[in-house]
Amino acid sequence: MTVPLLELSGVGKQFGGLSALSEVSLHIKRGEIYGLIGPNGAGKTTLFNVITGLYQLNAGEFNFNGRSYQTPKPHFLAQAGIARTFQNIRLFANLTALENVMIGRHVRTKAGVFGALLRNKSTRNEERASTERARELLRYVGIVKAHQTLAKNLSYGEQRRLEIARALATDPLLLALDEPAAGMNATETESLKVLLQDIRSTGITVMLIEHDVKLIMGLCDRVAVLDYGRKIAEGVPDEVRQNPAVIAAYLGVDDAA
Amino acid sequence: MKQLLSPGGGTQPTKFTLCLMFAAVLLLPFATDALLGRGWVRIMDFAMLYIMLALGLNIVVGYAGLLDLGYIAFFAVGAYCYALTGSPHLALAFPLLFPDGLHLSFWLVVPLAALLAGGFGVLLGAPTLRLRGDYLAIVTLGFGEIIRIFMNNLNAPINLTNGPQGISRIDPISMAGVSLNATQEIFGIVLPSVHLYFYLFLGFAALVVFVSQRLEKSRIGRAWMAIREDEIAASSMGINTRNLKLLAFAMGAMFGGVSGTLFAGFQGFVSPESFSLMESIMVLCMVVLGGMGNIYGVILGGLLLALLPEVLRHSVVPLQQALFGKTLIDPESLRMLLFGTALIVVMLYRPAGIWPSRVRRRELETDEAAEIV
Amino acid sequence: MEIFLQQIINGLVQGSVYALVALGYTMVYGILGLINFAHGEVVMVGAMLALSALTALIGWDVSPLLALPLSLILAMAGCMALGYGIERVAYRPLRHAPRLAPLITAIGVSIVLQNLAMMIWGREYHAFPQLINNQPHHIGGAIINDIQIIIVIMAVMIMTGLMLVVHRTRLGRAMRAVAENQHAAQLMGVDINRVISITFMLGSALAAIAGLMVSANYGLAHYYMGFMLGLKAFTAAVLGGIGNLRGAMLGGLLLGLIESLGAGYIGDLTGGFLGSQYQDVFAFFVLIAVLVFRPSGLLGERLAERA
Repeated sequence: MTVPLLELSGVGKQFGGLSALSEVSLHIKRGEIYGLIGPNGAGKTTLFNVITGLYQLNAGEFNFNGRSYQTPKPHFLAQAGIARTFQNIRLFANLTALENVMIGRHVRTKAGVFGALLRNKSTRNEERASTERARELLRYVGIVKAHQTLAKNLSYGEQRRLEIARALATDPLLLALDEPAAGMNATETESLKVLLQDIRSTGITVMLIEHDVKLIMGLCDRVAVLDYGRKIAEGVPDEVRQNPAVIAAYLGVDDAA
Repeated sequence: MKQLLSPGGGTQPTKFTLCLMFAAVLLLPFATDALLGRGWVRIMDFAMLYIMLALGLNIVVGYAGLLDLGYIAFFAVGAYCYALTGSPHLALAFPLLFPDGLHLSFWLVVPLAALLAGGFGVLLGAPTLRLRGDYLAIVTLGFGEIIRIFMNNLNAPINLTNGPQGISRIDPISMAGVSLNATQEIFGIVLPSVHLYFYLFLGFAALVVFVSQRLEKSRIGRAWMAIREDEIAASSMGINTRNLKLLAFAMGAMFGGVSGTLFAGFQGFVSPESFSLMESIMVLCMVVLGGMGNIYGVILGGLLLALLPEVLRHSVVPLQQALFGKTLIDPESLRMLLFGTALIVVMLYRPAGIWPSRVRRRELETDEAAEIV
Repeated sequence: MEIFLQQIINGLVQGSVYALVALGYTMVYGILGLINFAHGEVVMVGAMLALSALTALIGWDVSPLLALPLSLILAMAGCMALGYGIERVAYRPLRHAPRLAPLITAIGVSIVLQNLAMMIWGREYHAFPQLINNQPHHIGGAIINDIQIIIVIMAVMIMTGLMLVVHRTRLGRAMRAVAENQHAAQLMGVDINRVISITFMLGSALAAIAGLMVSANYGLAHYYMGFMLGLKAFTAAVLGGIGNLRGAMLGGLLLGLIESLGAGYIGDLTGGFLGSQYQDVFAFFVLIAVLVFRPSGLLGERLAERA
């Protein structure tokens, strides 16, 4: 039980000559809500993309659920149990909400070409189970009424929720959210908070990047702060809030001053 | 309004209308023969082949969103596959090995050609599928040209393809010992060769439609569409985008290959000029013009673009005669001119195709619903 | 060695033409993300216009030194109007349509232009009039003639001029801004439609020049000449990295060299198994190989890791 779900040690990532991340080490425990904050350009999204396999790390170690990954591809990590949402919402725009979530089931289902052509009993069962599970998840995030609506015709808040439902459909161990509250008003943010707490209560570990410091502090069990591609602080929200390095980073004060 | 917008999609056709349609299609060659002449039945046969090709390409372009400009190459692979194995030609290339050529049964060659074309699809796809869309387009185009150039030139030092002259005397297709190249009488009904081929092609086209439909509404089909919509999001959802794109390529190529064998058997003759880039473009136009991703739209596109040039061929000369009293303009170029204009006009007025996929249609409906509310 | 030098010369001449045409593809692609499939036909129209004007002017006893620039200007004007018209009719209404819709209209335009040209100029080959005493020069056993020298020099001058326009003028800055981000450029007060129209006209003017060059080099023009030339030039643009002006030039020159060297040596390389009729295969093989190892083309920016 003491083994963390996700463990990064000494992770580095360069783009050309530019170092976006260096020597980042952190771990996320099972069942916690873990927040990642930092000023603009601190490397949050880069780190997030490393964790979800979109970027390949240049240095360091990446362990997830007791396994080590060298250059994991996104679909491989989704299979392993990491699901994500995107900062600038990336739904399958011309497919319905239901289909979007059913695509999330892809990784937990098996039917291949022959299954599709023969539509045998196991395929039919699988298909029915996928549809049901997708409906259930849409109901869970509160947009089941819109199941036949194209993703691009949903409202902004509904699209955010659909992304979460789609991610949950992959039966993740770790749900990684990239600025889930971006563009939301206070009521929407509050209901998002309730939803995330509920997701955690079902045993899913949650990690999120967020600009809304209030949301992070009110929601997360532990928070890490990135600045200039390095982790400058980590701990429970109150601790982090009082960390002088964090204050300096956010206020733009030079460390020496 | 809703029914007008969604024929076949929103409302399921009843069993009765289906039977009626089926009967109409069965009578089609006889009606065409009686009204327009036998030449038009032959044109219908070609239209069926084009529909098969368009449906095959629709898997690649319409479902998986991969722009393929060299699709006709797979058609060529299938056609040459049967041309080589079902004609006396191999006697020229390997006189010792096959003194009379190799005369394999058509029904044996079909699966072989499907596998071979599918193999070519994977071979082409494997190194190129990580390219962005337009690069993929140009690579597939290049591949199509490479295949054509090889067909044109592989008559020396070993005469494999007989070069620009092409391969002739290909065995006709026969079913249950009955050759389709001769008029047959079945249950007292006289069936000319073109009618027989029509039914054969109809059967294959129906099979292709069935496969397309099953794939579209399956886990695989949804994964393809996810890749089409957003590849990064798709891979983050656990879809192995590379393998699924390869699968789309291979499936599309197989359809192309099978159509190619039918083409070779029907014509009894193949030559490289049937597989020019213009043919690839033509098939792509069928898919896009008809309505990418929608099986019915693609069928309509295939039918229209296969028939339109023929209709124009038969109407531009009489039309000019009627208007000017003589043939002023070269009918061939006038025909193509009108064809090109039709492509432009249709696209300008229906950018999503004549019969868009259900997705676009539903969009129209929701817009309408929104207006009512 | 003489063969090698000769093939280099031929390749450079052919490559210059490819480069000019490729620039037209790449400029439009850079700005609209659209493959202007009809561009090859614009080259053909340019060649035909120039040739007709030239024949007529020579027929009126105009001095070749005057007739040549006059007909070139006429062809350029005609092609610019054509390019402008194509964009207005076939592309602009579809700017927000599904991605493949403008591709189909482009194909439609291509078919229309080809057949119009066939109606106007017929199916036969048109000979390029003998204007200047096309003096051959011998360099180390290889031959280069006056027309070829003029082609290379003109191509270099035009490309330099284009680079200056794009990098040093207000118009060029507007073009680059639209290519980078249409929306932002619009917010900054750039008239996008004007920039796009001008881009098409610039590309078409280059196409007209290229058309004249090709027909002068081969001494022929034909209604079907635009198709393969356009295809090769587009290949060159992709080879260099589409959307990148320097890439188009490099790609054009390289493709010309690869083709002529390939055609010259393929027989020796394969022990006579494959002959020079495989020239076209070479171009496409190289293209595929380059894209496999460098997916964004030789000079294209690397997009692989940019999500």
